[in-house]
Amino acid sequence: MRKPELHTRDSAVPYKSYVVGFILSVLTTLLAYFFVVNDLWPKETLVYIVMAIAVVQLIVQVVFFLHIGRGSRWKLMTFIFTILIVAIVVVGSIWIMDNLNYNMMDMTPQEQQQYMSEHEGI
Amino acid sequence: MNREKEELAVFSRKTLGFWVYLMTDCVLFATLFATFAVLRTATAGGPAGSDIFDLNFVLIETMILLTSSFTVGLALLAAERGLRYQSLTWLVITFALGATFLGMELWEFNHLIGEGHGWQQSAFLSSYFVLVGTHGLHIAVGLIWMAVVIFRLIQRNFKETDVRRLSLLSLFWHFLDIIWIFIFSFVYLIGGMA
Repeated sequence: MRKPELHTRDSAVPYKSYVVGFILSVLTTLLAYFFVVNDLWPKETLVYIVMAIAVVQLIVQVVFFLHIGRGSRWKLMTFIFTILIVAIVVVGSIWIMDNLNYNMMDMTPQEQQQYMSEHEGI
Repeated sequence: MNREKEELAVFSRKTLGFWVYLMTDCVLFATLFATFAVLRTATAGGPAGSDIFDLNFVLIETMILLTSSFTVGLALLAAERGLRYQSLTWLVITFALGATFLGMELWEFNHLIGEGHGWQQSAFLSSYFVLVGTHGLHIAVGLIWMAVVIFRLIQRNFKETDVRRLSLLSLFWHFLDIIWIFIFSFVYLIGGMA
């Protein structure tokens, strides 16, 4: 029986890339879990640390599993554009809605002034 | 020779098209993440994330999905080298891991609803169920697709087109794993902090 000759675009992707990606992903996941379960820092710091670890893992997986640099340049371009849209949607929503929450509080203008000067230093 | 080149060009356009689909899916998940982030405190007297999430359980789920993302990559590598049985084995393992993951997710949903914490209890729970449920739905579709690929591999020796389909499937699966990493970090780890 003849083995089929297969040539695909990504055939040069080495085995090592998947192993390294897998090990790094497991390590970052465990690290984030460990930090949160053991409460190593105050909550505000911990939130940023977990976010940072998630971004690191995103980069690891995109590089080692999705091989973003390989193939069409458009792959990278659309990816960067998507990240931009995602950032606008998520950060923008949180920003605006938190502000709205704050403005919807049942306060007279004087109280609001006072609240703002206490909490925002305005 | 010319025809082969042409086929490769078509495939590379298909890959890009599929990639663009994945990116739009990313935007879909972004809106769901934003909804969750906005509604995370809207518990309406119901439980907050820290009351209902079992981090150990979720960690196991995460590891299972991560491993399946690895094994689908191995299946693709084996397929590209023309190793049919090795590829089949990895695919079956990936399918089993994916099915386990989906089962655990459904069990968790069932458990929450059984405790009275269904999606109708609060805005926080609604956004949680929609976000995690949409991911689960994608996993279910991915499993159906994988079953089709597996049956094709069993029935006949694969052709180049099968390998290409497998490479798109692996893209899809890696993508779902990345989405899950964000669900794990933002919904469970950060949302589960007291």
